[in-house]
Amino acid sequence: MSIEVKDISYTYMTKTPFERQALRNVTVTIEKGEFVAIIGHTGSGKSTLAEHLNGLLTPSTGTVCVDGVNLNGKGDKVRSAKHKVGIVFQYPEHQLFAETIYEDIAFGPRNSGKSEEEVEKQVRKAMGFVGLDYDAFSTRSPFQLSGGQMRRVAIAGVIAMDPEYLIMDEPSAGLDPISRDAIFAQLSTVFKERDIAVILITHSMEEAAQYASRLLVMAKGQIAIDGKTELVFKEQRERLQEVGVDIPESIKITDLLCEKGLKLEKQAITKEQLVQYIKKAKGWS
Amino acid sequence: MLADITLGQYYPGTSFVHKLDPRTKILATMSFIIAVFLAVSATSYAVLVAFVLSVIFLARLPVLLVVKSIKPLWIIIVLTMGIHLLTGQGEVIWSWKFISVTKEGLSMGVMMSLRLVLLLMISSILTFTTSPIVLTDGIEYLLKPFKRVGVPAHELAMMMTIALRFIPTLLEETDRIMKAQMARGAEFKGGNIIARAKGMLPILIPLFISAFRRADELAVAMESRCYHGGEGRTSMHELVYRHRDLLAALAMVVLIVIIGVLKWSNGLCVI
Repeated sequence: MSIEVKDISYTYMTKTPFERQALRNVTVTIEKGEFVAIIGHTGSGKSTLAEHLNGLLTPSTGTVCVDGVNLNGKGDKVRSAKHKVGIVFQYPEHQLFAETIYEDIAFGPRNSGKSEEEVEKQVRKAMGFVGLDYDAFSTRSPFQLSGGQMRRVAIAGVIAMDPEYLIMDEPSAGLDPISRDAIFAQLSTVFKERDIAVILITHSMEEAAQYASRLLVMAKGQIAIDGKTELVFKEQRERLQEVGVDIPESIKITDLLCEKGLKLEKQAITKEQLVQYIKKAKGWS
Repeated sequence: MLADITLGQYYPGTSFVHKLDPRTKILATMSFIIAVFLAVSATSYAVLVAFVLSVIFLARLPVLLVVKSIKPLWIIIVLTMGIHLLTGQGEVIWSWKFISVTKEGLSMGVMMSLRLVLLLMISSILTFTTSPIVLTDGIEYLLKPFKRVGVPAHELAMMMTIALRFIPTLLEETDRIMKAQMARGAEFKGGNIIARAKGMLPILIPLFISAFRRADELAVAMESRCYHGGEGRTSMHELVYRHRDLLAALAMVVLIVIIGVLKWSNGLCVI
């Protein structure tokens, strides 16, 4: 059960003076149950890669298979394979269109041919996941909500499709810290409860370090680094700097403390770990 | 998908023609059009074709690209040709049943369709070698004298610039919304007209909302930078005539003189 990307390349606007190669020979496999973060600079090919994972873009060369089904094809099998991969785009609240929140979230499940009862069940569940009260919100217009709430509705619209692989492109862009934390908390719950794969696209190292167990660092349309989060920070520092990706603040602080003579038991990756290790090293806890 | 649409026709380059001042290019295009309407003899058409070919060469454009610009109007060109062929009066050179083709009809047909082809090619060369933004700059300058009679030159140019500026943005937006809805299982093909129109709603509604939002944001951004219309406004890139513009202008004068001499010297005014 995995998404297998084999040696794909993709070029935008071929045969024009604006031709630009966005992906070069990318090969990667993402298993169910993994929480992967794709990081990289603007223009490194992260979003282009994500759009290949559910067949929105067809690679110029190479293949993308979801659970063994090649997405470059036709028929019900391919369609249901594509439906397994949910994708939340950047600023997803810009794609809301329906009169009520219920209708908007129901759009996806209805398209995959579910009965109205099932649709309602899915909508209820999805709204629960993103922390919107069904009775209070389902009949309201999505356009009267705040930015953070609109984004939650949009995310619920994807969750309601019951994706087995969930791609999130910069889910926290332009949100205040509270909404951001709420969205990540919900994302973690979905991840734990449903045994799915989550692919988080971000350029914030902090976010990637805190939530993902595996990092894919992209540069110039290629995968520059692929590895477990802790190992990447331990062993690939120079490579990270080479591709221009910053390491998380907590790691920098660990290093500084070490220089000043306070040895922590382990490399802290998240804020919480840092606090915990400092307390331990100082004997405060 | 939509990202593959080239905006306008601009074909970037650094040739002599690309570097000309947009005003020169617009005026030159206009005088070429006059020259085309003055041309009557085979010789003058040969001169015009040679001129267009040398401009294409100077601009380093692929000839095929320019030839392709005829495509949208080829039916009209063929029709023009056909009508002249069949309705010409004079010396019959070929006939079949009630259809007869005359020498005069043939030459008239060739000339008329050549005229259309030349007009299309020269105006495409203008848009191939001038970016839309620079083109509107040129139009604004050229419209300035008409301000006295109430032509809002600056406002027109600003509207054109904004419209041009937002075509790629809205295309991108459409592309993104389409992808987002497709990822939720929407399909835009198949079904009857009503089903298809209904299928477009999930794209059109977000697109309209975003267009209004962008217009609003742009208005605020412009106002916060004290935009107040064209009065007393200066430009970051002043258009300046250079030597090459003089050269181009001379070339146009020479072309018109040649065509004029060819028209009036041999007394064979057909038109």
